Amino acid sequence: MSSIAVSTTINDDDVEFLCQPNETLLDVLRNRLGLMGAKEGCGTGDCGACSTIMDGRVVCSCLVLGAEAQGRTIETIEGMAKGSELHPLQRKFIEHAALQCGICTPGFLMAAKALLEVNPDPTESQIRFWLAGNLCRCTGYDKIVRAVQDAAAELRGDTP
Amino acid sequence: MSFDAAYQSKPFNSVGTRPLRPDGVDKVTGRARYGADFNMPGQLVARVLRSAHAHAKIKSIDTSRAEAVKGVKAVVTATDLPDLTDGDPALFAVLDNCIAREKVMYDGHAVAAVAAIDENAAKAALQLIEVDYEILPHVIDVDAATLPDAPVLNEAIFTQGVEPTPTTPSNVANRSEFGHGDVKVGFAQADFVVERSYKTEQTHQGYIEPHACVASCNPDGTAELWVCTQGHFVYRQICADLLGLEASKLRVTPSEIGGGFGGKTHVWAEPVALALSRKANRPVKLIMSREEVFRASGPTSATSIDVKIGAKQDGTITAAEATLRYTSGPYADMWAELGAMTSFACYDLMNVKTVGLEVVVNRPKVAAYRAPSAPMAAFAVESTIDELAQKIGMDSVDFRIKNAASEGTQSSYGPVYGPIGIGPTLEAAKAHPHMSAALGENQGRGMACGFWFNFGGQTCTDLNISADGTVTIAVGTVDVGGSRASLSLIAAEELGISYDCIKAVIADTSMLGYNDMTDGSRGTFSTSMATISAARNAIEVMRQRVALMWEIPLEDVYWEDGHAHAAGTKHGNRAPLSVKDIAAEAANTGGPIAGHSELVADGAGVSFATHICDIEVDPETGSSRVARYTVIQDAGKAVHPSYVEGQYQGGAAQGIGWALNEEYIYGEDGRLQNPGFLDYRIPVCSDLPMIDTQILEIPNPNHPYGVRGVGETSIVPPLAAIANAVSNAVGVRMAHIPVSPPRILAALNDAKD
Amino acid sequence: MFDVTLWAGLRPLADNQKVVRVQARTIWELLRKLEERYPGLAGPIKGEVAVSVNGVIYRNDWSQKLPEGAEIMLMRRLAGG
Repeated sequence: MSSIAVSTTINDDDVEFLCQPNETLLDVLRNRLGLMGAKEGCGTGDCGACSTIMDGRVVCSCLVLGAEAQGRTIETIEGMAKGSELHPLQRKFIEHAALQCGICTPGFLMAAKALLEVNPDPTESQIRFWLAGNLCRCTGYDKIVRAVQDAAAELRGDTP
Repeated sequence: MSFDAAYQSKPFNSVGTRPLRPDGVDKVTGRARYGADFNMPGQLVARVLRSAHAHAKIKSIDTSRAEAVKGVKAVVTATDLPDLTDGDPALFAVLDNCIAREKVMYDGHAVAAVAAIDENAAKAALQLIEVDYEILPHVIDVDAATLPDAPVLNEAIFTQGVEPTPTTPSNVANRSEFGHGDVKVGFAQADFVVERSYKTEQTHQGYIEPHACVASCNPDGTAELWVCTQGHFVYRQICADLLGLEASKLRVTPSEIGGGFGGKTHVWAEPVALALSRKANRPVKLIMSREEVFRASGPTSATSIDVKIGAKQDGTITAAEATLRYTSGPYADMWAELGAMTSFACYDLMNVKTVGLEVVVNRPKVAAYRAPSAPMAAFAVESTIDELAQKIGMDSVDFRIKNAASEGTQSSYGPVYGPIGIGPTLEAAKAHPHMSAALGENQGRGMACGFWFNFGGQTCTDLNISADGTVTIAVGTVDVGGSRASLSLIAAEELGISYDCIKAVIADTSMLGYNDMTDGSRGTFSTSMATISAARNAIEVMRQRVALMWEIPLEDVYWEDGHAHAAGTKHGNRAPLSVKDIAAEAANTGGPIAGHSELVADGAGVSFATHICDIEVDPETGSSRVARYTVIQDAGKAVHPSYVEGQYQGGAAQGIGWALNEEYIYGEDGRLQNPGFLDYRIPVCSDLPMIDTQILEIPNPNHPYGVRGVGETSIVPPLAAIANAVSNAVGVRMAHIPVSPPRILAALNDAKD
Repeated sequence: MFDVTLWAGLRPLADNQKVVRVQARTIWELLRKLEERYPGLAGPIKGEVAVSVNGVIYRNDWSQKLPEGAEIMLMRRLAGG
């Protein structure tokens, strides 16, 4: 197989890479670009640990081909903090102990970020259904939901 | 060095607070490095060839065409891992499971592996390996395997624990028995008896991170292994034993771990990765796919359990009996024995008898899963207890309180209990608002108790104080869920300094003495004990330094509130010295200041929990919803309450998945049909409500701060609590886990007829 | 002098006895004496045994002193998850 040349934008940076036609975006991020924050939990789009944001939409990067990144805007966990300033979601996850082993955390943060950008005031049920594509085996989701609720409140300016 | 582990009641300054964990930022920014996040220069990619047959003889393996593929640097089979197990059956089982020697014993059993410069070459090579199988009849079901005409997996297995030892080989590897009194006499005294049989299906720990490692084996006998594991010292020993390496020359570095729950306390493909690296003389990266994780790592047992319990009209249990059949995969192990030990552990019984039967079947090798074997036994027993309470006309909680074990009770597995928390958790459940909340339509409430042993084990800790007064603790127990925060709190408490001055790190095998793995709920319990010991040793050193600096006798220096003080008034009014003050002078008072601890943390005690849940069932579809869930568990002393709550909630969630949906589904051909998260359905965010937790603190007399292990017990009650809730909701006793929609629907339809 | 209860799997290796009388001051001494009396116990003692002293289970620390009148049982070492 011969390689395909791809030009794309990742975390506001212009990026170029070569990839095989059958390589996924997840493979490219992890193996070619050194962006290992997205994790492979299943490789079949069932666990959400590889969640990234492509043109504003949460996607499982294991279901996107590297070549499909051509001309798109991609956000990964590595771009969530601005310099040394963590995103409110990142801060709240730590404060609420919303992670134990942490392997699912990058995926959850990407998905939650995308949620709050389309729905800044989600109900508990809306949060739970939006995040149903991200599996966590450690926490039982309780503290994750609370962290998202608290971050949403802060972003809305609701917290006292 | 002698260390007094006895509990000393004291007010706490750091322990019991909820600071931010030290590894939090790395984990929310994607910087934390897990098993697959590490690379070595020149590394090769490995792929494993696995059997598609449940049971077959390997007549021959031809790897020549695979070896000829461009880019392939090594191909291994069992011949590349000669048998160095020296007659140790447990170690041999590990070896044979890593790569099949004469027979494949389950769908997914490894037969060969390839290391190549990239995935494409590795995959191409895998397809060119020719294996000539002679397919044998297989048996998958725990009960079918015990029938006289069942295919025998191993002609060398004759049931142990039976007098006289049978002369025909069998799939029942071992019989174990526990109990005391005389159940025949006990049942004769009973006014009510309930007898029922139960089944539970096989489940997997379901950690989101697949097994991954990078192995580098050098010609001079040194080797390195980067791996996600719950126990890097154990992995070092096993890999060294299997590969014929000296353990001291194999350096194992544990990565951050993306979930283990017992499944990463055993090696799976790591010896194969080392063998490939040795043959290719290059580092080899081996990652299991999700499908491989389900097919070829270590799920829990499938079980078939008979329970009989008798009680008097006043609610006193007079006799309790259980026979438990557990699968162990292809190799004999002790899972049924564990189940037989835990079955009636919550109760004070005059007459009790449990019999465990280990059954080998053509399924993957069973591994520990969070309180291994206990959830299934608890399901069977707690369901029967509920049914018996209803028959007598007693409230389920009151019936349990009446028969609960307490200090001085002889446990059903042998020893007499010290102070334990079963009574308090039951009383707390009775008083909890959940118990008296109204139920909605089609909802049923269920409750259950659970028990688990906690372990101590070998533990080493190094506590080093820098010249600026900050502290690093290096520990050897892997942090699976936030223990670095708890250990930092412990060190802060003992030294009397701020949590922010402390950094906890996990050391690799070359840096510390042997540490047992993070299992058995021992991580915080034992490492906190070693940390306290190391801190006390460091304090001793600091007292000596201060005695020198103040030129006073050592016995006149005491430590309080994070400072050295001069005793009495004869040395004048000296300002106390802080750790920072003392550390600043360390270069001239004797060198760097440290405290070490190598100890065995024993006396971990046992742990009890009571769960309450409300389940809503749709009578038309059999679908169920968890409406409300409460966990009440004794933690002894919650070092970091948020992470204790996290363990309670996480264990409950796994139990909920196990009870409602998770199961290994096999075809007639003995192949696993659902090796992926789509069809092996673990709970997702929308399946669960908030999970309420109540932490009880009955101090463990064998830990300086009263800490008990907490990680495992919370997975023990859910199967029963949920089965009881569903049984109450639908009016039919549910005796087969998981109580998935088809099973609920079938029970409803049966009841109608 | 202690009455030591053996778990079922060990009994065939100790002349089929369930309870054995042993004089010892520490767990270490107790196990050594059992091994001397019944050499077949050596294997399990090395790899599989935990000792319960008055209900507290010791998997590793055999330096523990045995209090007078203690209830002592040999149990199988357990796996956790």
